[in-house]
Amino acid sequence: MATEITVGMAGAAGDGLDRTGDTLARTAARLGLHLFTYNSYQSLIRGGHTWLRLRLSEEKVDNHGDHLNVLVALNQDGIERHAREVEAGGAIIFNGSKLHCDPSLVPEGVALVALPVTEITAKLGKLPPVMQNTAALGALLHLMGFDVEVAAEILSETFKKKGQEVIDQNVGVLRAGHEYAAAHAQPLGQRWKFSRKRRPVVTGNQMIALGAVAGGCKFYSAYPMSPASFILHWLAAHSEQCGVLVKQAEDELAVVNLAIGAGHAGVRAMCATSGGGFALMTEAIGMAGMIETPVVVVNVQRGGPSTGIPTKTEQGDLNQAFGASQGDYPRVIVAVKDALDCFHATVEAFNLAETFQLPVILISDLLLGEHRSTVDPEAIPSKVPIERGEWVTELAPEASLNGGYKRYALTPSGVSPRARPGRAGMIYVSGTDDHDEKGILISDEHTNPAIRRKMHEKRMRKMDGVRARLKPPVLEGPAAAEVTLIGWGSTWSVIQEAADQLTRSGLKTNQLHFKYIHPFHGAEAKAILKGCKRTIVVENNFTGQFARHLRAESGFSVDHVLTRYDGEPFEPAYIVRRVKDFVAGKPADLRVEDHEAREMAYHYIRIHLQERARPARLQRANGGKYGEPVWEVELVNRADGRAEGTLVIGMDTGSMYGLQLPGVETGARAVAAQR
Amino acid sequence: MATAELTLQSLEGDVHPDWCPGCGDFGVLKSLKEAILELGIPPHKVLVVSGIGCSSNLPGFIHAYGVHSLHGRALPVATGAALANHDLHVVAVGGDGDGFGIGMGHFIHAMRRNLNLTYIVMDNEIYGLTTGQASPTTTEGHKTKSTPRGNVEKPVQPLALALASGATYVARGFSGEQKHLTKLVAGAIAHKGFSLIDVFSPCVTFNKVNTYPWFKERVYKLEDEAYDSTDLMAALQKSFEFGKRLPIGLLYQTQKPTYEDTEPALSKGPLVEQPVGLDPKTLAALLAETT
Repeated sequence: MATEITVGMAGAAGDGLDRTGDTLARTAARLGLHLFTYNSYQSLIRGGHTWLRLRLSEEKVDNHGDHLNVLVALNQDGIERHAREVEAGGAIIFNGSKLHCDPSLVPEGVALVALPVTEITAKLGKLPPVMQNTAALGALLHLMGFDVEVAAEILSETFKKKGQEVIDQNVGVLRAGHEYAAAHAQPLGQRWKFSRKRRPVVTGNQMIALGAVAGGCKFYSAYPMSPASFILHWLAAHSEQCGVLVKQAEDELAVVNLAIGAGHAGVRAMCATSGGGFALMTEAIGMAGMIETPVVVVNVQRGGPSTGIPTKTEQGDLNQAFGASQGDYPRVIVAVKDALDCFHATVEAFNLAETFQLPVILISDLLLGEHRSTVDPEAIPSKVPIERGEWVTELAPEASLNGGYKRYALTPSGVSPRARPGRAGMIYVSGTDDHDEKGILISDEHTNPAIRRKMHEKRMRKMDGVRARLKPPVLEGPAAAEVTLIGWGSTWSVIQEAADQLTRSGLKTNQLHFKYIHPFHGAEAKAILKGCKRTIVVENNFTGQFARHLRAESGFSVDHVLTRYDGEPFEPAYIVRRVKDFVAGKPADLRVEDHEAREMAYHYIRIHLQERARPARLQRANGGKYGEPVWEVELVNRADGRAEGTLVIGMDTGSMYGLQLPGVETGARAVAAQR
Repeated sequence: MATAELTLQSLEGDVHPDWCPGCGDFGVLKSLKEAILELGIPPHKVLVVSGIGCSSNLPGFIHAYGVHSLHGRALPVATGAALANHDLHVVAVGGDGDGFGIGMGHFIHAMRRNLNLTYIVMDNEIYGLTTGQASPTTTEGHKTKSTPRGNVEKPVQPLALALASGATYVARGFSGEQKHLTKLVAGAIAHKGFSLIDVFSPCVTFNKVNTYPWFKERVYKLEDEAYDSTDLMAALQKSFEFGKRLPIGLLYQTQKPTYEDTEPALSKGPLVEQPVGLDPKTLAALLAETT
């Protein structure tokens, strides 16, 4: 087993947690480790609760795993929420000058490192509060057995523009934290083999942007929308360096039409958005299909429907991708699986779009788009295949005799060589009405069913060419498995890890992953799945959109659909538990779990008690209004631990029955609201 | 073909216009052709982009590159094409419903950018292709199929919006004054920056209020009066004149840097001519940012 460790950092938005996490990630990456970071943040600029996990490993990791070895708590809330999750052998680091840790929250075998930040940094002068993070980082490096010099080097680079004084202060605080921990705490005992190979730490969004540039994208348009905005930010920041024109537009209607206009004029064009923006783009995506203009449209999915859960992940836009636009038209839908795949799939998307003159929809999601992982630099080449498709630059004499250039020539492949507007001799008009070979409309006054049929067939024929190019799915993992897990998009890694865990526990499990959603390898999928014993689709949505697609395209119905739709990504252990339940014939238990009751309590505390309380003990009881069992969540005051009341939450419905304040029997909620 | 002499006839498209006899759009089409002739622009250097509607059928009726796009989306498609190849003369055309109804957002924002493109709106104060519903410029009280008790909404003032949004060439034409319109169109295409021409282009089938005689009675030419088309405030005041008298002509013109002038990615020439891909040095620099 590869040595690995998972660090959780908890704080409020605005606590500088991102910067600290970034320094740690880059330290690990420079030491030659792999990593994956997962940030469950909220849509708040300041405040709220932010929970960043970094999984650092000697081997490639593409999900945040199941463990928590070290908690770095930047505020009291962070300690209270996460202390109990730390595993034995681990540690909790916090600023002892400011925060306290109730011993009842600390699991056995977990070390407490209460850094006296004020004291150990006294000689460094007056420090901004976020410097406590750097002290904690220093202590963390000692506990993990990391070289403090690597982090010092990164901090020096980070603050280079701010001058030597700021560098000295930051590095000084880092060393102070490190020295204090070295004097007061034992390292956790990981035996690392540091290869010191420097690896880029990237997000999926970044890799889509980089893949676009490498793949010859010259035009990018966007409207700000989480979680796709970073593609805009990255490309805007590197526009001149990479020779890409980046245009923010007034809405997604404009965005996609800009890209199509640019594509029509002859450059490689891309736009990206999330589900809501994609919904606005759909009519134009159909136009791209009709006028045969290449365009790459990226949908970085977030939780829907409507505004949904803007900062949480989901794979809920598959139906929308299929449903995009009216009528039938050729298009390709590709789902990316990890950061490296984001690079290569984007390159491929452009090649497919231009070779076949159609829209390509690239589906990513928040988890993959925003979270960081390491990639091997040699896996990212500067020279990638750029296939611009068939073009006409000069008109052959026989073409002139034949009535001139035919933009939509009816060809066996369905692909009609393009001409670039601006070139002499090939003037044509592209119409969104259906048209003949020259582009002349056959719609309104002189509708022509025969030409319509052949033109429609020509367009759709392009899909045969696309299908022939795409690699069909293959089973990964042991043959003759008891269980086959089926997934698409960003779940590839977590499913792979869950399958390994299941196999090790005695239940042989493999994976069938789908990258190409449309055109779909229906026959190939069926041939594989017919030979599988128990088939389970795993996907991050409510209805099992992919399972339905698989059934529609292959005629194969899977045995179970393992879904998750709370906004959180899958963890390997979560999949393992649910798979074992399926195998045991155990029905899904949708009751509110204890950690969920605690999570709900935080919400109601924020609404009714202005953050002054925290959930303490939980117990089950009977007597909910709907005849259901309930969770009684005891609330205690954060400062002095005195009772603040009890929250009653229905276990089946999740209904908040009320907040019983100390000494008040009924009407508790009304009273609470008055306080 | 490029060397063939340019004539009005050579600018005819593959199909004859399917507009109703007497439609105002014929005049606009003729003016556009005349303007291209006058300016001596080879037709393959012209890209005409339209939306959907009667007037948006225009690209098919002229010998130039064209995109007959979606309802309301002529301007963003034209913008994308203009940014991708700023050697092209991009002319967006369409109706009042297309531009000021479903496409209104794009209208305002395209003008803010001062892109080097021309937008000609064939404004007939009605939805014609869908057989006569109230449009954004339908006058108050006008009874249409969708407003049987008379339109209660204020009509949009496109010229005022254009002036307020940063268009650098703002004009109004009348297809009943076709030669006058040609001058405006030629001026618009020659202008460096965003040019708007709102053209009174009567719908002879579905608008029985704003007819040729109705316009003829009211229009007057700005150039016949002492009018300074470089004065923005005077232009704004004029732009609201919509009643017994309707001004036509060049309302406002100014020279400002175009979007293309200020976009660094275009400093090395048209995007479409630039090399594609990444060189190893740039890639190494980009990756170094992430370690």
